[in-house]
Amino acid sequence: MKTIPGEEVYMDNNATTKVAPEVVEAMMPYLTDYYGNPSSMHIFGGQVGEAMKKARLQVADLLGAEPEEITFTSCGTESDSTAVLSALQSFPEKRHIITTRVEHPAIKTLCENLETLTGHKHRVTGLKVGPDGMLDMNDYAEALSDDTAIVSVMWANNETGVLFPVEEMARMAKERGILFHTDAVQAVGKIPINLKESAIDFLAISGHKLHAPKGVGVLYIRRGTPFVPFLAGGHQEKGRRGGTENVASIVGMGKACELAAAKMEEENTRVKALRDKLEEGLLSKIPRSILNGHKTERLPNTTNISFEFVEGESILLHMNEYNICASSGSACTSGSLEPSHVLRAMGVPFTAAHGSIRFSLSVYNTEEEVDFVLEKIPQIIDSLRQMSPFWTNEEVAAK
Amino acid sequence: MWEYTDVVQEHFLKPRNVGEVENPSGIGDVGSLACGDALKLTIRVDDNDTIVEAKFKTFGCASAIASSSALTEMIKGMKVSEAEKITNEDIADFLGGLPKEKMHCSVMGREALEAAIADYRGITLPMAEGQIVCECFGVTDLEIIRTVKESNLRTIEEITNFTKAGGGCGKCEEKLQNILDETLGAVKEISEAVKQPQRMTTLQKIKKIEEVLEREIKPGLRQDGGDIELIDVDGDTVLVSMRGACTSCAKSQTTVKEFVEKKLRELVLDTLTVEETQ
Ligand SMILES: Cc1ncc(COP(=O)(O)O)c(C=O)c1O
Repeated sequence: MKTIPGEEVYMDNNATTKVAPEVVEAMMPYLTDYYGNPSSMHIFGGQVGEAMKKARLQVADLLGAEPEEITFTSCGTESDSTAVLSALQSFPEKRHIITTRVEHPAIKTLCENLETLTGHKHRVTGLKVGPDGMLDMNDYAEALSDDTAIVSVMWANNETGVLFPVEEMARMAKERGILFHTDAVQAVGKIPINLKESAIDFLAISGHKLHAPKGVGVLYIRRGTPFVPFLAGGHQEKGRRGGTENVASIVGMGKACELAAAKMEEENTRVKALRDKLEEGLLSKIPRSILNGHKTERLPNTTNISFEFVEGESILLHMNEYNICASSGSACTSGSLEPSHVLRAMGVPFTAAHGSIRFSLSVYNTEEEVDFVLEKIPQIIDSLRQMSPFWTNEEVAAK
Repeated sequence: MWEYTDVVQEHFLKPRNVGEVENPSGIGDVGSLACGDALKLTIRVDDNDTIVEAKFKTFGCASAIASSSALTEMIKGMKVSEAEKITNEDIADFLGGLPKEKMHCSVMGREALEAAIADYRGITLPMAEGQIVCECFGVTDLEIIRTVKESNLRTIEEITNFTKAGGGCGKCEEKLQNILDETLGAVKEISEAVKQPQRMTTLQKIKKIEEVLEREIKPGLRQDGGDIELIDVDGDTVLVSMRGACTSCAKSQTTVKEFVEKKLRELVLDTLTVEETQ
């Protein structure tokens, strides 16, 4: 079984995205002729520095930030670790971290490690979410304390697309003099963001989620925020991140941000309409299917649907037959034995979590693709249900 | 992505024998929705004790469906006495192997087969009797011990791959380690016991049986409020009496036959039979 590139019906854009052709084009010179080191004193290297400067501006423009607030990193995960660890080192007397129970492993595992590996020096509050995946703001207000060093809350959830009110949460933290970090890896490029008008101190981006290559990230650091580097080394990135820059990818990241700004409108109209069509079609055609996550407080490109009585990996492997790419929160796909921590935190019953499929679209998806998926998925679910010991006609009637 | 063999893919995409046998001679229902996989095996056995029809319904991942399909193909036309010898390894081999994290799917196949045969014979399986060790997936110590022996498991990770035990919250890790250590120790003892001449004086036998009851059997029973006492040893017949919760337990017949006898045969003498006095 192989999927030939070009034949894929790609609806897994929260996992990674196609590198935009314009991005590849912008990067090429820096993989070939312009190989100089931006730190060099000669003009040959210096020209490369110019390209990075442009990229920094392009990223800053998308975020409503200043170029000097942008630091390039190697990935979203590095940006997340850098922000949290920097805050803890800036306020060594504070031992408390606030986060949520539905964070990506980039934050979740970091916080778990901080709680246990460092000799129980840190205390972590993982905010609960409700059945719709939303936070209880009263819980948050109560969790903030004088001992809190940093709040780290994702802007958009990678599995459900649910959006958290991070701007309001950042303001509440600021009133208490607490630093606020947001993992905005899934939000940037999909929803408008203006950091100038927010109280957010740190924000993480990953290139490969917005049509730039894998292995490049950004950490936004608000001007004046205390900062301790994660990678100590040379004076690159004004001493905020050692290591010779991944120039080509940084140039690509800049171009991708420029494209994202230009396509923001399309993302929130055409792509959203495709997502809605897909979602409504699946929910209406397939009995015992349930939407996971808040219906409106959500990214425009993501839908996460549980198909009861069938298992996610089986669904995905049948989708392979039609070159349809998506993800599942089922246990079997993760290599662990338990379904997604996000769905469990929302209280989605195991019975539904095992059969959850996430479709995440991009500007490259077409209506024909949505129609194709709407034709195939109901057949797949039906054939698997015929095989399921839990599926009886009473189940259908019960709906 | 998992690396599945062509046979697994074939049996997943075009599963054989899907459905339920009408008026089955035996039904094996294992797993649950909550656990993420479940298998209902139905078989029809003719007057010659031959399995003439086998069908399955499975909820689970590709390897669970493929294992179920493979199992039905393997047992069709087999004598029940042959079929009961099928191990999870046989199922995995039939499929050209399974990723190690997916071995529990083949174990589920073996369990369903066992349950269906037991149902056909009208007996209760001892496996469900053990102590639950892994709360997340409802796995008992007896199941774990058995799989450790059958598949020669050496680490907790392997136990999780084969039985799922320990794959949830992970709180039972210490218990798993103990079971592993004890079982591996016991396996060693068996091989030593086998080397010993199989003749023992009655006094030696009694001493050895007492030892095994104390060490291997009583602790488990006591946790359930029960107990067992050795009454007499007559030749190779071991007379025991069940106490406490065990006396009123409807399944105590199976506990004695299947569990105590198995242990004593393994660890003392393989010709022993156990009988219960009232
Ligand atoms: C919400 C979120 N945070 C962080 C990351 C990690 O980004 P990266 O793969 O660049 O390390 C991802 C992507 O997998 C993500 O979805």
